[in-house]
Amino acid sequence: MIKVLKSGLYTSIQDTGRVGFRNLGVPLSGAMDSISAGFANALLNNKKNDAVLEITMLGPKLEFFKTTQIAISGAEISPKINNISILNNKVYTINSGDVLSFGKLIKGVRAYLAVKGGFKTEIVLKSRSFYDGITSKDIFKENDFINIDKWNPNKINTTGGLLKNKIQFFETSIIEVYKGPELELFDKKQQELLLVSNFTIGNTSNRMGYRLEEIVLKHSKSMITSPVLPGTVQLTPEGKLIVLMKDAQTTGGYPRVFQLTEKSIAILAQKATGSIFNFKLISI
Amino acid sequence: MNLKLSSYNLEFKQFGKDAILIEWPKEISEEILLDIRNFVFEIEKQKLQYIIDINFVYYSLLITYDSDEVGYLDFKNVLNLLYFKRNSISNVTKFVWHIPVCYDEIFGFDLHFLAFEKKCTVKDIVTLHCSTNYVVYGIGFLPGFLYLGGLSEKLHYPRRIQPRLKVPMGSIGIGGTQTGIYPKNSPGGWQIIGKTPITIFNSNNKIPIEIEPGDEIRFLNISLNEFEVIEKKCKAGNYELYKEILND
Repeated sequence: MIKVLKSGLYTSIQDTGRVGFRNLGVPLSGAMDSISAGFANALLNNKKNDAVLEITMLGPKLEFFKTTQIAISGAEISPKINNISILNNKVYTINSGDVLSFGKLIKGVRAYLAVKGGFKTEIVLKSRSFYDGITSKDIFKENDFINIDKWNPNKINTTGGLLKNKIQFFETSIIEVYKGPELELFDKKQQELLLVSNFTIGNTSNRMGYRLEEIVLKHSKSMITSPVLPGTVQLTPEGKLIVLMKDAQTTGGYPRVFQLTEKSIAILAQKATGSIFNFKLISI
Repeated sequence: MNLKLSSYNLEFKQFGKDAILIEWPKEISEEILLDIRNFVFEIEKQKLQYIIDINFVYYSLLITYDSDEVGYLDFKNVLNLLYFKRNSISNVTKFVWHIPVCYDEIFGFDLHFLAFEKKCTVKDIVTLHCSTNYVVYGIGFLPGFLYLGGLSEKLHYPRRIQPRLKVPMGSIGIGGTQTGIYPKNSPGGWQIIGKTPITIFNSNNKIPIEIEPGDEIRFLNISLNEFEVIEKKCKAGNYELYKEILND
């Protein structure tokens, strides 16, 4: 068991997502940066789909009541065990009574905390990923409890060496995209405009989607509602782009000009409001 | 039985690395919707392990798949063959679901306003709203939100300029040319005319919503008393939505 002493800004449970319910309008959800979440799990020899804690910019303060091993990947938010600084991408043993806390945000936006065997919150529609209206919680609050398994130190466990990456994969301002189903509704010049423009992440960005500030291409191309995916880039009639993220709805009515790769979604998930980037078209 | 099978020109598009988008002719039509639904039924029968998820709405079908297991072109060929190999209309059962709605003004905040604007009585609006079957063209926007086709032109009315911050779960609204049910409490700009006591989407159920794209729904006018009775039954978990099999 873990007790949430402080909740942090937006702390939730995520796994690889809720698969199989798209036709009922259920979003995929899952870790915004699936690469870092995967690192944290891999370090502990966990399964890929084991639930991790997604921590956003301001970390929580957690008291552990069970001995376990932990690993943190993704954003660097100055993690500490009992006030002693620890590193990202390294396995630590946590004893019952220890307190994990976070400090200053150094790099990125979202950190992933994995525990041995994954967090054991409720499974709703085959996934533990928090989503308002599907799971009973959408974020953690002070004094919540989180269930975890007890780790037996006598068993052979991962040594899980330190991943030495001075430069994180997300420290780039190039977002690689495939062309979307409606890109060709726009002429070459208009397409070019979408590829040479700089884009700024707007302040209403969240797990559902990132709104980009620039007005690049006003248009009047209407379409009937059609399926969308996490990573779909929509062009609104007022000329702005919306990048759909992991909690995105399953259908949308704006032209779909690009589709992000899973890696691009992860990179974008580590960029804060005000960050500037470019799209780069790649072929499959 | 010798049913003629219509075949459409399908357009296949690669949608990222792990998804394929299939588009029927770009129009809102029950025939197209039925054709998609039958096709999905055929695809699901194959139990292809590399398919991850499927959804369709109006004239588009999206299939996500594991691109490490099958290449785009191979998968496209499989789907193409499957579509043209069909020689009879699949036996997909279509239902009409009867959704009880209380059109009392305590739920239908905009009923009187709408009647005033339409120069008719509240009763006229309710009668009209309850007099047709609505086709479910897809589920999206929110978990369990049904895209319904078939709202009488006489009931078309623009969304509110100032959306409400909270529309209660179960509210029935009119927005432009559409009508719909709010599956959960959410902000919304539709004109609210009533409320259903049933939980349209329940994530605690193994199947959170039984209505499927391609089905139809019909609104059933109930009194405030009936609303309370059904609401109690729903909470106790012993209310079953009435459905009738649709014979085309």
